Amino acid sequence: MNRIDKLFAEKKDNVLNIYCTAGFPNLEDTLPVMTALQTHGADLIELGMPFSDPLADGPVIQDSSTRALHNGMSLHKLFEQLQGFRNKIQVPVILMGYINPVLRYGVEAFCEKCAEVGVDGVILPDLPMDEYETDYKPVFEKNGLHLIFLVTPETSEARIRRIDNLSKGFVYAVSSSSTTGKDKNMGDQQAYFEKLKALQLQNPVLIGFGIKDKATFDAACNYSNGAIIGTAFIKAIADSSDIDNTIAAFIAQVKGN
Amino acid sequence: MEIALNTKGSRYHVDDKGYYGRFGGAYIPEMLFPNVDELQQQYLKILSDPSFQQEFEDLLRDYVGRPSPLYFAKRLSEHYQAKIYLKREDLNHTGAHKVNNTIGQILLAKRLGKHRIIAETGAGQHGVATATVCALMGMECVVYMGSIDIERQAPNVSRMQMLGATVVPATSGSKTLKDATNEAIRDWINNPVDTHYILGTAAGPHPYPDMVARFQSVISEEIRRQLQEKTGSPDPDYVVACIGGGSNAAGAYYHYLDNEKVKLVAVEAGGKGVHSGFSAATTQLGEIGIIHASKTLLMQTDDGQIVEPHSISAGLDYPGIGPLHAHLYETKRAVFLNTTDEEALAAGYQLSRLEGIIPALESAHALAKLKDLPLNPDDVVVVCLSGRGDKDLGTYIKHMQP
Repeated sequence: MNRIDKLFAEKKDNVLNIYCTAGFPNLEDTLPVMTALQTHGADLIELGMPFSDPLADGPVIQDSSTRALHNGMSLHKLFEQLQGFRNKIQVPVILMGYINPVLRYGVEAFCEKCAEVGVDGVILPDLPMDEYETDYKPVFEKNGLHLIFLVTPETSEARIRRIDNLSKGFVYAVSSSSTTGKDKNMGDQQAYFEKLKALQLQNPVLIGFGIKDKATFDAACNYSNGAIIGTAFIKAIADSSDIDNTIAAFIAQVKGN
Repeated sequence: MEIALNTKGSRYHVDDKGYYGRFGGAYIPEMLFPNVDELQQQYLKILSDPSFQQEFEDLLRDYVGRPSPLYFAKRLSEHYQAKIYLKREDLNHTGAHKVNNTIGQILLAKRLGKHRIIAETGAGQHGVATATVCALMGMECVVYMGSIDIERQAPNVSRMQMLGATVVPATSGSKTLKDATNEAIRDWINNPVDTHYILGTAAGPHPYPDMVARFQSVISEEIRRQLQEKTGSPDPDYVVACIGGGSNAAGAYYHYLDNEKVKLVAVEAGGKGVHSGFSAATTQLGEIGIIHASKTLLMQTDDGQIVEPHSISAGLDYPGIGPLHAHLYETKRAVFLNTTDEEALAAGYQLSRLEGIIPALESAHALAKLKDLPLNPDDVVVVCLSGRGDKDLGTYIKHMQP
């Protein structure tokens, strides 16, 4: 059973998914960051594959990608780092990135490598549903990889249904139409969250974009199975001299422990 | 003048899914789906509306100053021993071909009920053309421009500001056109309802490459008519144009795409030399990839990271080309050459001295390749003079030999 499915079978609420950029803040921090995330209570890890031109991201995540690329991070390097990581880390891991580096690596080779090291899912925000369905779906499925699609406040109900049918693992609900890290008022999105909840999608729903602390995490969890934190976490660890302690403190404040 | 609408059965026009052969598509994040979908659903309907065509035609004639002349360059022709005509897009209002497209898109934006316009610019020509049509229509205008380009194209920055536009520096990556485009797309993601993105070149997600090519197709439509009058045939032997993203080339080729007797020549920016590490010659250095939501040829590393290009001309300083051009390259319908910074400067000085026309550095790239074409004295060659060189005076003066 895919680890994402297993997670949601066991835990329906307050699922905390944290995004971190591979190779950030330092090249060899990928595994220490993931280990600390698991130790201190993240339910799911979204690992960013750095890209030079991340269109859907704001400046904080873009800067983290730039820094990771300067550190020497690449898809080949990332798969090297992930060799054997399942001996230590049991939480589901999702790779998030843009389609170009994956195309360059080769979609089939990429999916096989993900399966080999133990990655559970992939988020590629600039891969359109149609192209996925016609060109890539069989390869993802053959390798037991879930592809997770995004919905936004502007996505029509019919399209949300289609996305729900095609997505596996969960549906990523972008809280507002924006790039990552924009400070938009979550309260304004209440109607959208309620609409989404009322749709009773077959997949679990995680809300992302604009989640940064306990208040926003709790607000998102009122309408969904949990939430995703990216920009706030990247900011927190950017200049940390003690990754483990920083992550412990960050997760504690989000969960209100 | 009329926007070409019937392209069914052509090998070189976009298909129903937005592809030219294996290039094109719309690789957009979901946040942009409603905007791009609305454009895909609406653009051909709007373009084919006779009242739209009338308004477009009236503005091109009375505001832009079309048709632009097709000038027989006598001294240049003598020099190269061929019949060389210059399509004078430099004489358009705002000084480049870019305005053909911005007029079209602002009329489209109005019909889509948008109030706010964003754009990217490299050399500043598209930014100025966008700021101009926004002033004309009373719309808010925000132009993204790489911070390096802001420095090297200062006169155009002032022009945009004088026209009421806000110029926002793009400070990420190479701080040039690629990054300005990223920032414009991000702005669009953050303002999905009231904003139209006037993309300036024949790149980006479907339907932009096709839409921009159609608005620019007035160039080849006029060339045909003007050549018929001047030579008795609408078809030249060669059409030569520079390519960054490829909008002036798309416009100059448009009505000749399926007429294979006409040789199409595309000139890319070779920078300091194709293999110098400072180049923007995408067909020579690129591999298939996705940039700005389009599958095309793209300069990239083995890891799929986009490579920062180099060209002395800000308008050609782009690591990709439009998907139509990638298809023309792959099918060998067009010949792709490249010009170094130095050759382009020399061609700029040459045209100035021989014809009294100071060309934009972009257009100078196209002119520079006349020397490499196997020309016969009877050959009719049309060079698209995409823009004028006022904006490049600083660069020209800096490199001028005493």
